[in-house]
Amino acid sequence: MEILRATIVSAADNSDIDIQGAYSTDLMSNVLYYHAPNSVLITSLVNPQVVQTAEIAGIKIIVFTQNKKPDKDIIELANQKKIPLLITPFSMYIASGKLFQAGLHGIRNN
Amino acid sequence: MVTNQAIEGSFQLIGGNFENAGNASIHLKQKLTELGIKEDVVRRASIITFEAEINVIIYAAAGWLRYYIMPQYIKIIVEDMGPGIEDIALAMQEGYSTAPEWIREMGWGAGMGLPNMKKNSDEFKIDSVVGEGTTVEMVINLTS
Repeated sequence: MEILRATIVSAADNSDIDIQGAYSTDLMSNVLYYHAPNSVLITSLVNPQVVQTAEIAGIKIIVFTQNKKPDKDIIELANQKKIPLLITPFSMYIASGKLFQAGLHGIRNN
Repeated sequence: MVTNQAIEGSFQLIGGNFENAGNASIHLKQKLTELGIKEDVVRRASIITFEAEINVIIYAAAGWLRYYIMPQYIKIIVEDMGPGIEDIALAMQEGYSTAPEWIREMGWGAGMGLPNMKKNSDEFKIDSVVGEGTTVEMVINLTS
């Protein structure tokens, strides 16, 4: 969270989960295609389907880039599904780069 | 615990109704998890169901999704009243999509839906009649 200068907007606490990788995209079908459980999704797409997609793909944290704020319906859905939502001021490229540099690598391209 | 009896369910899907997108998939995911089915099988079944739901919502006026959980396999059938697919081979290509711009803005229409459904199924059948609709039948085996 510090690396991304992120704020957390949903109440869910997943801080002790073991994150194994990250994936950056705005295309939800790509998330479902290249899914990897226990990963972080970095996206600039803000709608309820992002949360639904994350649940189905086993994604544990969603990071919204460039300060894009989810509305209360999205936050409520994320709380129900216990998926933390983070907002970072950085662009998708910078946010991904910072996490990569910090040791969080991409998911396997299966 | 895997069931000895068939468990079935069905969902009606309405074109353009993104609000309920994913409901069938999440329902099926919960059901399969309760039955103690392996996590990767549950994930594959949820993914194909979600992609199928999204396809009907994007392209069709309406459709039905039915699932059957059998001792040996899970079968998911999606039938829609949509425009049909003219060239199935083309539609099966990764990245090919006919989705309009507003669908892409919502994060869909990347041309990965049908290929992803096929990738996550053990058996995949698609039938389509232009002007009438499309039926997709997918099976995931529970015995390896």
